[in-house]
Amino acid sequence: MREPSERGPDRSSEHSTREPSRNATGGHPEHPEHPEHPEHPERPERPERPERAAGLPSEPPDLVVVGAGPAGMAAAATALDGGLRVALVDSGAAPGGQFWRHPPDHAREAVPTADLHHDLPAYRALRATLESHRRAGRLALLLNHHVWTAVRAEHGFAVHAMDRSHPPEERAVVLHAPALLVATGAYDRQLPFPGWDLPGVLTAGGLQSLLKGGGVVAGRRVVLGGTGPFLLPVAAALAARGAEVVAVCEAAAPSNWLRRPLPLLRDPAKWAEAARYAAVLARHRVPVRTRTAVVAAEGDARVAAVRTASLDGDGRPLPGTERRIDADTVGVGWGFVPQLDLLLPLGCDLADAGDGTLAATVDAGQRTTVPGLYAAGETCGVGGAALAVAEGRLAAVSVLTDLAAPGRPHPRRTAGVRRTAARHRAFARAMAGAHPLPPAWPAWLTDDTTVCRCEEVTAVAVRTAREEGRASDHRQVKQLTRAGMGWCQGRMCGPAVHCLVAAPGRPYAPAERLIATPVTLGALADSVEPPSATT
Amino acid sequence: MTAVTVFTVDGEPLPFVPGQTLAAALVASGRIAWRTTRGGGRPRGVFCGIGVCYDCLVTVDGTGGQRACLVQARAGMAVTTGEGDDA
Repeated sequence: MREPSERGPDRSSEHSTREPSRNATGGHPEHPEHPEHPEHPERPERPERPERAAGLPSEPPDLVVVGAGPAGMAAAATALDGGLRVALVDSGAAPGGQFWRHPPDHAREAVPTADLHHDLPAYRALRATLESHRRAGRLALLLNHHVWTAVRAEHGFAVHAMDRSHPPEERAVVLHAPALLVATGAYDRQLPFPGWDLPGVLTAGGLQSLLKGGGVVAGRRVVLGGTGPFLLPVAAALAARGAEVVAVCEAAAPSNWLRRPLPLLRDPAKWAEAARYAAVLARHRVPVRTRTAVVAAEGDARVAAVRTASLDGDGRPLPGTERRIDADTVGVGWGFVPQLDLLLPLGCDLADAGDGTLAATVDAGQRTTVPGLYAAGETCGVGGAALAVAEGRLAAVSVLTDLAAPGRPHPRRTAGVRRTAARHRAFARAMAGAHPLPPAWPAWLTDDTTVCRCEEVTAVAVRTAREEGRASDHRQVKQLTRAGMGWCQGRMCGPAVHCLVAAPGRPYAPAERLIATPVTLGALADSVEPPSATT
Repeated sequence: MTAVTVFTVDGEPLPFVPGQTLAAALVASGRIAWRTTRGGGRPRGVFCGIGVCYDCLVTVDGTGGQRACLVQARAGMAVTTGEGDDA
């Protein structure tokens, strides 16, 4: 039997692409999104000519897009419309990313989620465009593929992924392309508080993903806390699906928006969106408490109650304002952290995104400082789905230009997208200004509050590392305490540890991780086997 | 409602709707934690829900270190829980 062609690239792929035409797209005889084979009870046999059987492109892509969220979908659609061959890679079971998270296509009827989504017509239009190109053999849509590293190669980039369509099996896949777009999005930023590691306390995004991806409401009585407009759609979705949302605790003051009203006034769509959520929350009598935070969660095997408090201007709990609220589920989120795992080792410049995080530095066409490497969406600074779609389109126009492809969109149209992006970016900046991390949040911590969930490092251990070990960033704290050394590699505690030890005003710079997702040695060995050894 | 199928969790059958992740099926059945930490023996389950935090680790068909929030449930899958985090 012929081996799949992705085993071609060799160990030295960083320096040489001996066989650049060999790529992953030939090795997927039955892809999970393939409608005729929704269940895959067993791993199918590989046919003799898998690329023919699957109707997938046999030629290597011009562009690899990592992340099939709003930015990646829009970028792939524009690049495909312009005549490029594209490989769109995502770890999820359906395109959409977190914003448009969906169950896999075969489960659409069993797990209905259409009512939970915003701007679904845009999603459906992008899906239709992508699907027509997939049928034409120009798009390889690689779902359930976890990209663990991307490296510069002689003619562009080598993108290493693990195909996890049939867990726990994993199969190594390497894609080569002259252009790479990283649209890997962001994840919820967390600030620890006493009891945040109790079962039943989830990230706000986690509650949303269980709901949008699996149709599951994680609890009966829910309290949401943190800051930012994202808390509202989560509350609205949970309430609409029958959960009792007993409080939404927003740390920021609504008057923050009045300091920079212009971006809000220029974005009437955001008003409409906010009004829609407000209407849902009013209908379900969900109280939204501003300048309020969840300062502790209590319970034994599961959270049973939270304590909330009103905050002063710095975010310090005001004495005498504490309340205890019974709840079996808590969702927390303090904005988002851009997912830079793939970009950091590639060495592109990063800059302060204005919200305490670092993001990729890009030009007006979403080009990073590394030639051939583009970024769009939250990796360039958190700004929401509409901005991500615009940035994805702009990135694709740049790829079309830089690869001298024939089908560039009309410059007037591109200028329009650029104006849209500028408007959304101004809104995002205003939003970050209106929803800052409260500087005094460490006042909520007790000595024994867990800061690093993986290694169970406490607040007092981090403080000791700062005061006695003179640690001034999260890397030094990691060496002294093991905070950030566990399974998640500091993705959860990194921003918080940074706040606890770094000089005020310095943005959080995530640690460079050579491997973005754990991979097994066996599957790795597969990826470097020369083709001659396996035929 | 379409047909519900089952996988097993520590030998016990657990129903799921095809398309759900292991974490979604576990949470739907009322289980929010299924692992304990290595150090303090503290309960852990689903936290981030998107594959970032690694709190929800399970063993799937004998292979440890699988994130329940990312693995699509499949009929007949054997999931084991409760192990520490060095799986």
